Amino acid sequence: MYKSSLDILMFNCLYSQDEFDLKPAMLQRSVVLKVNGSVPQQKKLSDIATGIRQRVLAHSLKNNGGYMSQACSSAELLSCIYGGLVNLPELDTPMLPGEFAGTPGLDGLNRTTGIDFHGGRHADMDRLVNSPAHYALVIYAAMIETGRLAEDALDHFNKDGSTVEMIGAEHSPGFETTTGSLSQAISQAAGIALARRTRHETGNTWVFMSDGEFQEGQTWEALQAASFYGLNKLKVIVDVNAAQCDGPMDQVMTIEPLQTRVESFGWKVARVDGHDTDAIFAAGSIESDQPLMILCYTDGTRGLPLLQERYPVLHYLRFTSDQEKSKYEQAYEEMTR
Amino acid sequence: MSYEIVARPHQQNFIDWSADKPEVVVLTADLTNSCEVGKWRDAYPDRYFSMGMAEQNMLGVAAGMAREGLEPWLHTFAVFLYRRPLDQLQMSIAYPALKVRLVGFLPGIMTPGGVTHQAIEDFAVLRAIPNMTILEVGDATEAESVLDVAHAIDGPVYIRQLRGEVSRIFPQDEPMVLNRARLLSTGDEITLVTSGIMTEEALRAIPLIQAQGVGIQHLHVSTIKPFNDPEVIRAITSAKHGVVTMENHSIVGGVGSAVAEIMAEHGSTSPLKRIGIRDTYAHGASQKHLMAELGLNAQSLVSAIEQLLGRSLNIEPATLAAARVVDVHSSAKAEAL
Ligand SMILES: Cc1ncc(C[n+]2csc(CCOP(=O)(O)OP(=O)(O)O)c2C)c(N)n1
Ligand SMILES: [Mg+2]
Repeated sequence: MYKSSLDILMFNCLYSQDEFDLKPAMLQRSVVLKVNGSVPQQKKLSDIATGIRQRVLAHSLKNNGGYMSQACSSAELLSCIYGGLVNLPELDTPMLPGEFAGTPGLDGLNRTTGIDFHGGRHADMDRLVNSPAHYALVIYAAMIETGRLAEDALDHFNKDGSTVEMIGAEHSPGFETTTGSLSQAISQAAGIALARRTRHETGNTWVFMSDGEFQEGQTWEALQAASFYGLNKLKVIVDVNAAQCDGPMDQVMTIEPLQTRVESFGWKVARVDGHDTDAIFAAGSIESDQPLMILCYTDGTRGLPLLQERYPVLHYLRFTSDQEKSKYEQAYEEMTR
Repeated sequence: MSYEIVARPHQQNFIDWSADKPEVVVLTADLTNSCEVGKWRDAYPDRYFSMGMAEQNMLGVAAGMAREGLEPWLHTFAVFLYRRPLDQLQMSIAYPALKVRLVGFLPGIMTPGGVTHQAIEDFAVLRAIPNMTILEVGDATEAESVLDVAHAIDGPVYIRQLRGEVSRIFPQDEPMVLNRARLLSTGDEITLVTSGIMTEEALRAIPLIQAQGVGIQHLHVSTIKPFNDPEVIRAITSAKHGVVTMENHSIVGGVGSAVAEIMAEHGSTSPLKRIGIRDTYAHGASQKHLMAELGLNAQSLVSAIEQLLGRSLNIEPATLAAARVVDVHSSAKAEAL
């Protein structure tokens, strides 16, 4: 039977609902976005999350493949990240993804990064470093939903000569660093946070990570350094979907108990239901003199229960038959109804 | 030109080959299906070790196992075997000359995963490491027979392996032999040395070049280190008009460099043209696009030979047989990388 990390969390007496650090306040959270040009619009986070799933499913149907499970697990947490949790400068209008200009070179050649889609660098604003580069499709969808990336950007996804790469790199929309070799972003974000502290900047530096990244030694070296330097403006938000390429993480190489492990490295840790946007926002507002980590326990099939048929390996959706594809087409119909 | 296409030549062959070799164990870093060893795991569950996405530790564990008489065969994408865990590879495996087999998939520009997934300098890095043997597979026959070659070596071996849909260029009863090149055509004007997937690409152009009356001595090499096959030395020191090398790798430190070293040491005064990635990183795009953009194709071979001969061969680009490039969503692959 399929069980998400969230179900397991609920079933396990060690991790009962009561033990969530923060209880959801049942509000319908929304943000004001300039989604279509400059006319401010009220948009519910739940609509953003649904939009993310729809866009990723539509894309996967059209291209016979996609990182669908990541959309299901992270839609709510990304709706929070791009819907106000991370204090990014607004854009006047959604940006068009450029053509790939070339790899970065000496004397400033091709040094522009995806940070432009996040509104650039400002001392009093937040920065967001997206780490799991294979989540790119989902991250692009979130940026379209929140008015940062042009509506048709996914048409350029994984196309020759495009910056809208399948595995996001630093020239890709929303990517400040090149982190397709996973677990390299958190160290760089720690460096960014340290540099910002030397300049007395007040903004936070956020990192979005996947749980697989906690298997790499580098992640723990970064945690160690961040707590040693008391980087309390460094905030990490993790999609704990308990899944990776080979299947369920507890069968591949467990990282649990993650909360106590990270706490023992000197971090403040909040463990939340990753589909509860209020809980995520509440966790994000925790004040601490330690670096903060929000562990979002999620379900890699949320919003698309059909995916449970593919358990235990959810990492990449490619349709194995026309029948399977038509089931997903039907699910898309239902999702958009 | 078209060849028989073999689907997943490594998958079943490796299972059959391992049956009478109880010392052979497999370690993976969360890319088990992507490296065609999911069925191997199911066939020999006691000899399979899932190490999670933690490559540095995986190489260290493999070293310990090898010291105890096991023969670990590590399977992951090529980049993840030598970039992050380079120190572990050197100090834990190469220095003590342990029998660890590093099976690296997606060599060079064979993946749209971008710079983080493209092993374009592995030969350069690994050739500099004492005790290493480096092998590169050029077709399905070599994907099968490389196992015996590696198995017989009493030291660490790095293999550039092919997966998915692979052409069979060489007869199945002509297996790979350590440090012995395959002589694919004879002629005294140009010596051409190719490796890996570049051999098939070169074979597209060679009949057209020969039809213009140009004598080409074509050697396919699958042993990159050691690189002292007397047949190769003879061929590259005897070409009338010059030598061309062609590799799915940087022109720095790979086959082209190895050939240049031999030419210099033997006092050859012939010009040398190195076809390869010209000291740049690549980016995420299709193999066909990258081969054209970086000049890793039959067209570049025609141009290099024209330059060496000092005359045009009048070969229309359109007449060069269209490159056979595997569809991104081929069902022979676990995901779209
Ligand atoms: C250093 C490194 N090793 C291996 C990979 C290949 N890889 C890409 S995604 C992935 C799974 C990582 O786990 P996670 O992000 O939690 O997977 P998901 O939840 O998206 O299935 C792996 C092993 C990589 N990108 N980087
Ligand atoms: Mg995961």
